[in-house]
Amino acid sequence: MEGSQIMFAIFALVIIIFSVFTVTSRKILRAAVSLLFVLIATAGLYFLLNYQFLAAVQITLYAGGIVVLIIFSILLTSQISHKFEAVEWKKSIFSVLASAFGAVVVITTILRHTFEADQAIAAEVNMNLIGKSLLSTGHDGYVLPFEVISILLVAAMIGAIAIAKKGSPHKDLKNNN
Amino acid sequence: MNSGIPLEFFLILATIMFFTGIYGFLTRRNLITILMSVELILNSVNINFLAFNRYLFPGKMEGHFFSLFVIAVAAAEAAVAIAIIINIYRRFNTINVETVDEMKY
Repeated sequence: MEGSQIMFAIFALVIIIFSVFTVTSRKILRAAVSLLFVLIATAGLYFLLNYQFLAAVQITLYAGGIVVLIIFSILLTSQISHKFEAVEWKKSIFSVLASAFGAVVVITTILRHTFEADQAIAAEVNMNLIGKSLLSTGHDGYVLPFEVISILLVAAMIGAIAIAKKGSPHKDLKNNN
Repeated sequence: MNSGIPLEFFLILATIMFFTGIYGFLTRRNLITILMSVELILNSVNINFLAFNRYLFPGKMEGHFFSLFVIAVAAAEAAVAIAIIINIYRRFNTINVETVDEMKY
């Protein structure tokens, strides 16, 4: 067994175990921490695939940003020691059946299909190439989605501030008029 | 590179992660845990994009950029969702989806 295979096995095991723990844990903070492990193992998979930049983005944005945001909101809204009630067995069984059925369908489709690889030489995705593609308007340029995503981020930021602002929105409207 | 791991392994791993997220989405009753299930689903899709890009079209970069934009959208979505959750908590004093039903007809 090569090193990369061993690493893949470890990451896959971590991802599967901790994602099951994320959706079944009855203590909310434990669920958040196991989500963090899942996201870091995913970053490891990106390193295995040789996408260093995206792995770094994954760690800083997901593990550093979103999980911290989630933990903050847990601390603001829930009792840490509070334990969720167990899921009703009827709902639990039907959900397991639905997701297992979907997983079986997808996995059999994957295994029956033969994938044909492109014979092109592997391009090395380095920072230089990423920056140039993100800002170029040519054939391999992504400047339009880049600009759209920046507008989306500004809109999300303003929306988040406006929604989470203190005070009832009706009162604010009256004051403004 | 990476010839030691077949493409199917990545796809099966992403499938398992995706349907674990679906299970959590169906059974959880707390808004934050539902949000965590959505993050799991988005992540599994990213793994798929990158594996396809690396194994089937190694000379192109579409999958790489698509997952970059998916991550950006996920960040925006999480920020807005948590603002809404905190506002709901302020108004109802709970974030359980079964008790927040004021607009239900």
